[in-house]
Amino acid sequence: MTNSSLFVVVLLTGITLVAAGLGVAMLLSPKSTNFQKGEPYECGLPTHGTSWMQFRVGYYLYAILFMMFDVEIIFLFPWATVVRSLGMMGLASILIFIAILSLGLAYAWKKGVLKWT
Amino acid sequence: MLLYSQPLELTKLVHSLDAFFRSSLSPFWATLVEGILIGIAILAAYALIALALIYIERKIAAFFQSRLGPNRLGKYGVIQSIADMIKILIKEIIHVNKIDKLLYYLAPFFVIVASVLSFGAIPFGQSLQAVDFNIGVFYVLAVSSIGVIGILLAGWSSNNKYSMIGAMRSGAQFISYELSAGFSLMTIVVLSGTMQFSELIEGQRYCWNLFNGHIPAFIAFVIFLISGHAETNRGPFDLPEAESELTAGYHTEYSGLRFGFFYLAEYLNMFIIAAIATTVFLGGWMPIQIKGWDAFNQVMWYIPSWIWFFGKAFVLMFLSLWVRWSFPRLRIDLLLNLEWKYLLPINLVNILVMVIIVLSGLTLADIFPAVFGK
Repeated sequence: MTNSSLFVVVLLTGITLVAAGLGVAMLLSPKSTNFQKGEPYECGLPTHGTSWMQFRVGYYLYAILFMMFDVEIIFLFPWATVVRSLGMMGLASILIFIAILSLGLAYAWKKGVLKWT
Repeated sequence: MLLYSQPLELTKLVHSLDAFFRSSLSPFWATLVEGILIGIAILAAYALIALALIYIERKIAAFFQSRLGPNRLGKYGVIQSIADMIKILIKEIIHVNKIDKLLYYLAPFFVIVASVLSFGAIPFGQSLQAVDFNIGVFYVLAVSSIGVIGILLAGWSSNNKYSMIGAMRSGAQFISYELSAGFSLMTIVVLSGTMQFSELIEGQRYCWNLFNGHIPAFIAFVIFLISGHAETNRGPFDLPEAESELTAGYHTEYSGLRFGFFYLAEYLNMFIIAAIATTVFLGGWMPIQIKGWDAFNQVMWYIPSWIWFFGKAFVLMFLSLWVRWSFPRLRIDLLLNLEWKYLLPINLVNILVMVIIVLSGLTLADIFPAVFGK
């Protein structure tokens, strides 16, 4: 079997595991309905308002920084595989690449993105 | 490839099963039957490893805290986790009122599918590997990051403040430490020149990557263990589910088996991190081999490859449990600082050091080709 068809097999296995498990649990588990039971669990106090609201921006700044470096990882993996045959030219070109991205991190650091106040 | 007759090696079983189906069935049906068998094998291994890990963790945690741990069901409480599994299967699944239904039901799928997909790419032993992509390392990084979508969906859809805060923390933590994990694996890709797991293991026959790349490889190994530990939301990095402030974090609103899936995925992710570290740094299922010592090598090959794999992986998992039960929890800003201000810059420099070592022929295999060379 080819790798791609095996990938589909593994994917279906994962979906089957959750679906079958939930099916069995639905059959076996007791059922009772009660409005109080379905309230959000906030340690006994009645819920106040919704939790779908604006959230602190710090997390999103980290997410943006992550995007930058994650794309860098995608670019660097093919380079890492062939670095032996590229020789010193490969090192020099990637040095420039990493330097530019590190400048981005340094800028964010200087601007206080990484500071948690 | 050295192949001696090993009574417990599963390679022959796999090959003879494959040959049997190919010879007795038409190609379509043979493929179908093999696919189903592979699925069943993965499910069985997945469940068994999870049950074993839960038992081991409870027992080891108990010893660290001078308790006895589970000891009522069966000898030394060995069937405790099976009883727990049955219990969680027959627990009531509570329907919560104000949730976002679609996303709430979808979240366990994402979490479990991500861990099953990376589980399928792990080489458990000689030819005991479901998916062997030539971009194996990259594939594992890619599919394991699907899990964070499940966690964010769970936290958002529950309409619960604890879940929301837990999911946001978990997301920030996961994506941050994923960078370190990726970069430290890349350091080894630079060293070995391949991303395929089978080739990685074959290349470590006489010298593990950890020793072959000496200083940078060792730094990468430590960083990978730290970031892998943080990615699984465990140990000193378990902020998303810090029970003293967030009750249960992103799975507060999940009950019964839906909660069980999150729990299962957490343990399996711990195993997957240990397994990837074993494969990439510690030679995977390859027995310890010394160049020229044929008698010794033959004795080592007599131990089945999957025992080597699980032995090495268990050492790393024990390390992870040790860390988990020894250190106090970090604060969220300290946690993110550790990644962005220390691990990431160290990693970037570390890769360049590794490239210089590889290009100038300073790896152990280059210095001592008679002992460690391929």
